[in-house]
Amino acid sequence: MHKPRILAIKSSTLACLCAFLLGISNQIPASTDHETGTAPADSNMNFRIVEDTQPSIRDDGESTADHTKFEILQGPFESGPEVTKACLSCHTEAGRHFMQSIHWTWEYDHPDTGQKLGKKTLINTFCTNAKGNEGMCAQCHAGYGWKDENFDFTNQDNIDCLVCHDRTGAYYKTPNSTGNKACSVMFEGKQPIPWEKVAQNVGKPGRENCGACHFYGGGGDGVKHGDLDSSLKAPSRELDVHMDADGLNFACTTCHVTRQHLWAGSRYNVMAHDTEGLGLPGERRDVATCESCHSESPHSNTELTGIKLNGHVDKIACQTCHIPTIARGGVATKTEWDWRTAGKTKNGEGFKEKNYTQANGAHRATYKSIKGSFEYGENLVPHYDWFDGQMVYTTIETRFDPAKGPVEINGFNGSHDDGRSRIWPFKRMHTVQPYDKGNNTMVYMHLWGNDDDAYWGNYDFGRAIKVGMQKNSIPYSGEYDFVETYSFWPITHMVAPSENALSCNECHSREGRLNDLEGFYMPGRDSFRWLDILGYLALGGALIGVLLHGLLRKLFSKKNQQRDAS
Amino acid sequence: MNTQVNNGNGTKVRQKGEKHYVMIYSRYERFWHWSQAMLIFVLFYTGLGLHGLHNLLNFQLAVTIHTYAALVLIVLWIFTTFWNFTTGQWRQYLFKEGVMKVIRFYAYGILKGEPHPYKKGLQRKQNALQSLAYMSFMLLIGPALWASGMIYLIYDLWSGYAWSSQGLTLIAFVHTAAAYLMGTFVIIHVYMTTTGKTPTHYIKTMITGYDNVELTEAEKAYIEETHAISMKD
Repeated sequence: MHKPRILAIKSSTLACLCAFLLGISNQIPASTDHETGTAPADSNMNFRIVEDTQPSIRDDGESTADHTKFEILQGPFESGPEVTKACLSCHTEAGRHFMQSIHWTWEYDHPDTGQKLGKKTLINTFCTNAKGNEGMCAQCHAGYGWKDENFDFTNQDNIDCLVCHDRTGAYYKTPNSTGNKACSVMFEGKQPIPWEKVAQNVGKPGRENCGACHFYGGGGDGVKHGDLDSSLKAPSRELDVHMDADGLNFACTTCHVTRQHLWAGSRYNVMAHDTEGLGLPGERRDVATCESCHSESPHSNTELTGIKLNGHVDKIACQTCHIPTIARGGVATKTEWDWRTAGKTKNGEGFKEKNYTQANGAHRATYKSIKGSFEYGENLVPHYDWFDGQMVYTTIETRFDPAKGPVEINGFNGSHDDGRSRIWPFKRMHTVQPYDKGNNTMVYMHLWGNDDDAYWGNYDFGRAIKVGMQKNSIPYSGEYDFVETYSFWPITHMVAPSENALSCNECHSREGRLNDLEGFYMPGRDSFRWLDILGYLALGGALIGVLLHGLLRKLFSKKNQQRDAS
Repeated sequence: MNTQVNNGNGTKVRQKGEKHYVMIYSRYERFWHWSQAMLIFVLFYTGLGLHGLHNLLNFQLAVTIHTYAALVLIVLWIFTTFWNFTTGQWRQYLFKEGVMKVIRFYAYGILKGEPHPYKKGLQRKQNALQSLAYMSFMLLIGPALWASGMIYLIYDLWSGYAWSSQGLTLIAFVHTAAAYLMGTFVIIHVYMTTTGKTPTHYIKTMITGYDNVELTEAEKAYIEETHAISMKD
């Protein structure tokens, strides 16, 4: 499915490098890597640095309630759950609705593949697993206090209403447990949350509410998706024609329509081709597809180019042409992550190097002791492939053959001739991360915790993996190694204005964007080698033939003239 | 004009005719020829670009020009087919005897300064080789191009079928192959126009419509009586 031409070379060099490095890192815990110099203590490890805490403008004047006038919201409140109780005293069914949501369960049972998905259990290609590290990771769980398996998923008071509905910008979340020393400095020095003010100023979510987590997926601004980062809080028209702060100013929920706190637009079960398009008024509001607003023939049917473009809709996702590049709002996205280099220390302490400066001027870490080394990309041309909407995950239970090249953590199905797939853009993340060498499975790492086994503290992969697996009752061979992985993130945000959509040449040319997709004829890209050779021979032969003939005529006519003259 | 009539006992007798300067290519015929020539040039040029052989036009512009030119050419062909049948000119393309003589002439005789074995007449505007070439142009190369081109053009109407991928490959192959043949035809055709009395004689004829051809007594009388065909002398 994915043409591994260039990557094969790359992965082989990586494999060599890997083997070389492993010789060192496996035997000598990298924390003994003493370097001279006085590196400053790592004191700015907040992964979400939100400087602009102003809420985006989202007052459609439609609300029939002014929450400042509600007696129950006058407080005083000491904690989140107290506010939640107040919310649910009026919104009596909201808790029941919300508890079905993936934002609460972190679980998804895939109806087609039967796979058990969701953040609760999945392996990823960033910090590798939330499972067992909820004390840190569950700060993006829309609830209060999930730090271990004892969290009560049935208690409605544990729901965090404010993370989505706060309209002041003063609300924030912190990890549910303090980690090791290396991380304990995180989230210090924040202003306490003004609970009453926040509780009285609730409303429909703005981009910054969703963005508080979704912009920072993977452990930092823009890290995971490439088409979701903090630049979308107040984007220009060029960056996102729909969310354009001075224009349409769409909130996330304008497209991700909601019903009983369930949102359209699943990444686990993608609707890669919406063949229904528009519904009748009032009918079709159950999907987040482009077609649900723009129809299945969005281009002008009165001109040739428009007709031709409409003819592409069955094979090409809208996003493929209308999102020319990703990470183009000044925030970089992570493209490479190598865990093998993690664990270096200076004077016994972790450190980081910030050698990448992104377009908005911020410096991004290219090395962190706790995570390894990274590479970034901006204005990235996405990875394109046929996609039928079906993601196939490598879970903790999946066995794979590490010799068969990079493991696709969330591979996907699709082909040019299945009648369902379309060519989609993806951000492809390339990572080198630990796996269980004996069982050929991925591993859960115990990263976060105020104990001696947590990697973010002891920088010891062996212990972190052993404990991570043990804690979650996953069989572990006791031996780990590193494996290359890919993850794929379907691109759908950062839709450019139509005038910036891709021109035909971008794909219909000999060296176009779709060069790696094989098995079908594409005008402008493909040709028939032998036919072309025969064609050139015919054309060239004819040309040479007539030139020769002309030359002979000229020569003979002189001869004839001389003959006639004599 | 040398007409060949059967005198009854199997031998052919030549009747000599007077040469006259008459319009052998009517206004429509010339319009058809030159507009077709222009369209074929445009189609070939844009087609080469679409095929990726040059990057002088962006793909969108090339597709647009190629498509409109093709549509115009189709309309032109519809008119011309109608014209060919209503005027009876289609008979000009029928197979004639003496192909080998003409081939021998172009291969050898022309170099020796021999006269063309074929004499143009009002009802015999094309020599045997020409008829054969134009016939194959109109019945093979042309239809292969426009048939595959039209199927190509309406790709979106059949792209949903399971065979569409193979179908597109096949159509693209036929279209490209026919285009190479067309290009080859045009090169030879253009060259052949220089083989008249003077290198530009045939081109002038195709522009003005007039050529010096032998008329039989009957043809001359008919023209003088009806003025159905213009004659300059």
